[in-house]
Amino acid sequence: MTPAILELVLMTIVTAATPLIIAAVGELVTERAGVLNLGVEGMMIVGAALGFVGAYLSGSPLVGALAGMAAGMALAALFGLLTVGLAINQVAAGLALTIVGVGLSGLLGAGYVGLKRDAPPHLYIPYLSDLPFVGKLVFGQDAFVYGSFILVAAVAWYLTRTRSGLALRAIGDNHHSAHALGLPVRRTRFLAVLFGGACAGLAGAYLSIAYTPFWAPGMTAGRGWIALALVVFASWRPWRVVLGALLFGGATVLQLHAQAASLGLPGQLLSAVPYLATIAALMVLSIGARRNSAAPAALGQPFVAPR
Amino acid sequence: MRIDLEARQSRSLALDIGAPIIALIAAILLGGLVVWLMGKSPTRAFSVYFIEPLLEGWSLQELAVKASPLVMIAIGLSFCFRANLWNIGAEGQFVIGGLVGGWLAIATHDGAYQSAIGGWWILPAMLVLGTLAGAFYAMIPALLRVWLGVSEILTSLMLVYVAELILDYFARGPLRDPKGFNFPQSVTFDDVAHLPYLAEGDRLHAGVILALLAVLIAAFVFSRTLFGFEVRLVGEAPRAARFAGFSDSRLTIAVFAISGGLAGLAGICEVAGQIGQLQPTISPGYGFTAIIVAFLGRLSPFGILIAGLVLALTYIGGESAQVALKLPIDMTRTFQGLLLMCVLIADAATRYRIRFRLGALA
Repeated sequence: MTPAILELVLMTIVTAATPLIIAAVGELVTERAGVLNLGVEGMMIVGAALGFVGAYLSGSPLVGALAGMAAGMALAALFGLLTVGLAINQVAAGLALTIVGVGLSGLLGAGYVGLKRDAPPHLYIPYLSDLPFVGKLVFGQDAFVYGSFILVAAVAWYLTRTRSGLALRAIGDNHHSAHALGLPVRRTRFLAVLFGGACAGLAGAYLSIAYTPFWAPGMTAGRGWIALALVVFASWRPWRVVLGALLFGGATVLQLHAQAASLGLPGQLLSAVPYLATIAALMVLSIGARRNSAAPAALGQPFVAPR
Repeated sequence: MRIDLEARQSRSLALDIGAPIIALIAAILLGGLVVWLMGKSPTRAFSVYFIEPLLEGWSLQELAVKASPLVMIAIGLSFCFRANLWNIGAEGQFVIGGLVGGWLAIATHDGAYQSAIGGWWILPAMLVLGTLAGAFYAMIPALLRVWLGVSEILTSLMLVYVAELILDYFARGPLRDPKGFNFPQSVTFDDVAHLPYLAEGDRLHAGVILALLAVLIAAFVFSRTLFGFEVRLVGEAPRAARFAGFSDSRLTIAVFAISGGLAGLAGICEVAGQIGQLQPTISPGYGFTAIIVAFLGRLSPFGILIAGLVLALTYIGGESAQVALKLPIDMTRTFQGLLLMCVLIADAATRYRIRFRLGALA
C-alpha cells in the first residue's frame, strides 16, 4: 500500500467516524444527566431527511445542518416531555421515538429520494494542509469534521471544568440528593436531552449532506444504535468516544475495501462486521472493567419530585 | 412550564381498561392530522385503515393471519418486559426461527426420507427446530448479560441486523432453488412441510391456533404458577425477589428463552404457513411491531390478543392505503410509533395525577 492510498483510507475512516462521534457525544451528555435515550437512530434519520431537504432547498449546507439539528431537537423535546416530564419508562419511550423517527423520515424525505447535491467543500488550512502525509488528513477536512472535534473538546471541558457540568453529573448520579441540594433535576435533564437530540440530528445531517451526499430511506443503517454502544464503550468519557468511533470507522471502511477486493468471503458476512464488532467491543469492555462501574448511577431511572 | 406528578393511591379498573382505548383514539386523531398535512382526506384514510378490512371475509382471515405472529412474539416479550429485561431483538429471533425451520423443509424436499419413513414428522420437527433456533439466538444477549453484564438492549438489537444478513446469505446462496432461474428464493415447500389451512381460501393457517394457545398458556402461567409470580416480582420489586431467593441469572435466561422461542415459532409459522418458501426477507417488521402490541395490551395475555388484532389491522389498512390513497408504507410505521407514545402517556396517566403549571419553572 503506497502512502498516498493509505492517506486516502485514513481520510475515509475519519469521515466514517464523524457522524458516530457527533451522535455519541450528544448521547453521552444526555446519559451523564441520568437519561437513557434509545431514540438516537430515530432522531438521526429525521435529521438526515430534513438536513438534506434544508440544504437542497436553500443551497446552503449550513441551513441544512441547522434544519437537521432542529429536527433532532424537536423529537428530543417530545422524548423529554415523556420521560422527564411524565416519568415514563425511558427504554419504551426511546423505542417509540425510533419507530416514529424512521416512519416520519420516510414521509418527509419522500419527494427528495434520488436527488443529488454537491458535498460541502473541504477547508484547506493554508500551508499546513500541504504537509506531507498528515497535511490533508488533519488540515484538509470539511467543516463537520473540525466541528466534531471542537464539540468533543467543549463537552469534555464542560463536564469536568464548569460548575454546571458538575451539577449535571451529580444529577445523573443521584437525583434525590441533587434535588435535596436544590439543583434543578428536571430542567437540567430536559436540556441534556435537547442537546443529545441536536447532536443526533446534526450527525444525521452530516450523513445526507456531506457523507453520501444524498437522501435515501433507512440510510443511517443502525449508526444511531452503534453510537449508543460507543457511549458504553467509552465508559461515558468524551475523548474515548473519539477513539471508539475511529476504531468503528476503521472497521466499516476496511469492510468496504474487503468487499471491493472480493476476497471470496460472502458480502453479507462483511456487512455484518460493524454489528459484530459492536458486540465484541461491549464484551471486551465488560471483561476489562467491573460491571458498569463507570455508568451514571441514576441512568435510566425516572425521577418524580417528592412532595 | 412545569408538570407536577402525584402518585395515585389506588388504581381503578375503569382507568386500566379505558387508558389503552383513549390512547388508540388519540393516536388515530394524530395520524389523521399527519394524513391531512400530506394533503389527503383523513376520513377516507380512517375508512381504508380501520373499517374496510373488517367488512370482507378474506380480509378478516388476513387479519387473523397477520395478528398471529404479532401475538405470539408479544406474549414472549411480555415475560421479558414484566421482568424488566429488554429483549428488543425479537425480529432477529423470528428470522432465525424461520430460516432454521425452513432449512428442514428444503433438506427433506422430495428426498429419500419421505419415501422411507413418510413425511408426517417433517412439519412438527420444523416447528420444534424453529422454536429452538429462536431460543438459542436469544441466548446470546441473555448469556452476555448474565456472564459479563453486557446491556441486553444493544446486543439483542445488533443481532437483528446480523440475523437479516444471515438469512439473506442463505436465501441467495446455499438454500436457493437450483432450478429457480437464479431468483433469490428457495424451492416451494412440499405439502407435508406446510401448515394446514383452517378455512376455504387458503389463507387462514394453523399458526393462528398456536397463537391462541400461547395466549392461554401465558395467562395460566402468570396467574397460577410460581414462575409467573417470580417474573412479576423481579420486575416490580427486585430487592424483595432477591431476599426471596429468586435467582436473577436463571430468570434472565428463562424469559429470554421463552421470548426467543416464541419469536422463532412465529418465524417458522410465517415461513411454513404464509410464504411457503425461504426468501431474503420474511418479515415486515413483526418483531418491532410486537413491542407496541405488548405495551398496548398492557403486558397481559388477553390484552395482547386484542392489541395484536388492532396492529394487524394497521398492516392490512396500510397495504390498501398504498393503493387507494397513494399513502406510503412509512405512514403505517409513523402511526404505529405514535400509538406507542400515546399508550405510554395514557399509562402514565393511570399511575399519576398530572398537572400542568404554565409559567412555573421546571
